[in-house]
Amino acid sequence: MDTYSIMRAFADSWFLIAMFVFFIGAAIFAFRPGSKKVHDDIANIPFRHEDKPAGDRD
Amino acid sequence: MWDYLKLVVYGLVALLAAIAASYARDVAYQVHAILVTLIAVGLFVYSLKKVGEPKVVETGYMDGPVRVGAALTAFWGVVGFLVGTFIAFQLAFPSLNFSWAEGYLNFGRLRPLHTSAVIFAFGGTALITASFYIVQRTSGARLWGGNLGWFVFWGYQIVILLAATGYLLGATHGKEYAEPEWYVDLWLTVVWVAFLLVFLGTLMKRKEPHIYVANWFLLSFIVTVAMLHVVNNLSVPVSIFGSKSVQLFAGVQDAMTQWWYGHNAVGFFLTAGFLGMMYYFVPKQAERPVFSYKLSIIHFWALIFLYIWAGPHHLHYTALPDWASTLGMVFSVILWMPSWGGMINGLMTLSGAWDKLRTDPVIRMMVVSIGFYGMSTFEGPMMSIRAVNSLSHYTDWTIGHVHSGALGWNGMITFGMLYFLVPRLWGRAGLYSNKLVSWHFWLATIGIVLYAASMWVTGILEGLMWREVDAQGFLVNSFADTVAAKFPMYVVRGLGGVMFLSGALIMCYNLWMTVKRAPAAEAAGDAQAAPAE
Repeated sequence: MDTYSIMRAFADSWFLIAMFVFFIGAAIFAFRPGSKKVHDDIANIPFRHEDKPAGDRD
Repeated sequence: MWDYLKLVVYGLVALLAAIAASYARDVAYQVHAILVTLIAVGLFVYSLKKVGEPKVVETGYMDGPVRVGAALTAFWGVVGFLVGTFIAFQLAFPSLNFSWAEGYLNFGRLRPLHTSAVIFAFGGTALITASFYIVQRTSGARLWGGNLGWFVFWGYQIVILLAATGYLLGATHGKEYAEPEWYVDLWLTVVWVAFLLVFLGTLMKRKEPHIYVANWFLLSFIVTVAMLHVVNNLSVPVSIFGSKSVQLFAGVQDAMTQWWYGHNAVGFFLTAGFLGMMYYFVPKQAERPVFSYKLSIIHFWALIFLYIWAGPHHLHYTALPDWASTLGMVFSVILWMPSWGGMINGLMTLSGAWDKLRTDPVIRMMVVSIGFYGMSTFEGPMMSIRAVNSLSHYTDWTIGHVHSGALGWNGMITFGMLYFLVPRLWGRAGLYSNKLVSWHFWLATIGIVLYAASMWVTGILEGLMWREVDAQGFLVNSFADTVAAKFPMYVVRGLGGVMFLSGALIMCYNLWMTVKRAPAAEAAGDAQAAPAE
């Protein structure tokens, strides 16, 4: 087979599955038990270190 | 050591550029070579003055480029809107294509100047500014790479300068949104890699254990744009002393590469990048964390995986195979879901703080921007459906769609960002005038509505007139008939542009007065604002 056909066959079978599995995995990981506390913490990052880097003193 | 090396590099660049200018095969190349020479000589003199000066170790956030960036974003915005308004009137009144400026200031030359000025000069400067500000605050770390941040900033401005002057003098690839010629492309690649390094370096030394979602979007914007830019600009220069280059791809492959680039420029430059802004500035201005962090994760991955396939919808009914254009259409329609997920996430961040809409015109601006994001991400998938596209393609409907996204979503969120940033960056207690923000808000909103509505009318009118056939199967209308029929809507569109431009001018005045006149912030803010770099 020519390169195009090989890559085309790979792209619409295995690579498609791999990407789909990754996406579903990412979604499931986001909803894992206990993620709420972590996510609340991350969501509040913008409200820390507004004026100066962490650990800097005036 | 580094000081002397810099002098040698600037000197060499100036010398080589001067040689290139004398061998130049076309005007655009010659002007560019002279510009580069002047810039290099300027930098040489500047560095020469600074040789031997003691090095000051700076601490705190590196806000120098952010400050200049905020000012230049406003400046490029006004330039881009002004050129846009002018070419809108050129379409309504062709005599504005002055015969004395033919070949420089006619519609064909000014149109890429307008699109690049608003997307890459206004939008790009806003994105670099936002990236530098957000990545430092959400990492709790100073920008990595020291003066590399300045290099990225000014390097990008040089790209803008070369691109803009090139268009007016006719140096162009002829690829939409990728017009700059080969040497500008190469320079942008260098600047962009430096941008990636600065961004990644700052993330690496972050003090927070997690990477905030805004940074995910900004990083995807930087990485994807690098990939798109390099692949779509693969070309061979005809001469090293000329601006003309020949594309590596040809025919339908080139068209597909172009729209893979073109649509993902929309997807990753104008969407992912600006979503990064949304995920930081909307929570900050509303003083509440984002509505759902989980939704933002899903939003991110869904957007990344879907957007990259949507490009072929630009090539319905062309030499592109049907399966490819169907694929593009299907992915465009699916893309509607994550887009609206993101819109809901942005809007609902205000839940429990809706009263701010009444009192804070800046948050009103951000909310309208998210509203336009939702509207244009509904309109886009609909227009990508082949049957709808057969009516809408090549008509003004497309232009209306682009502008409701660009003026509404990108423009308004950027204005919101500027109103947020300027008082903070210059240590002011608040904006000079909230009333002027309201004026800007209404002028811009009504301007966009006039623009989008008139383009819907002329787009559909044009589409229907083009396809109208009589009983014998002959086309009823000539092209010139549609041009004549569109005249009133073109005037309305121009007026919409005037309103949007006046709003932006009011913003500039307001921001200027904020820096000059607004009362200083309390002690904590003062300490941050003191260093003038």
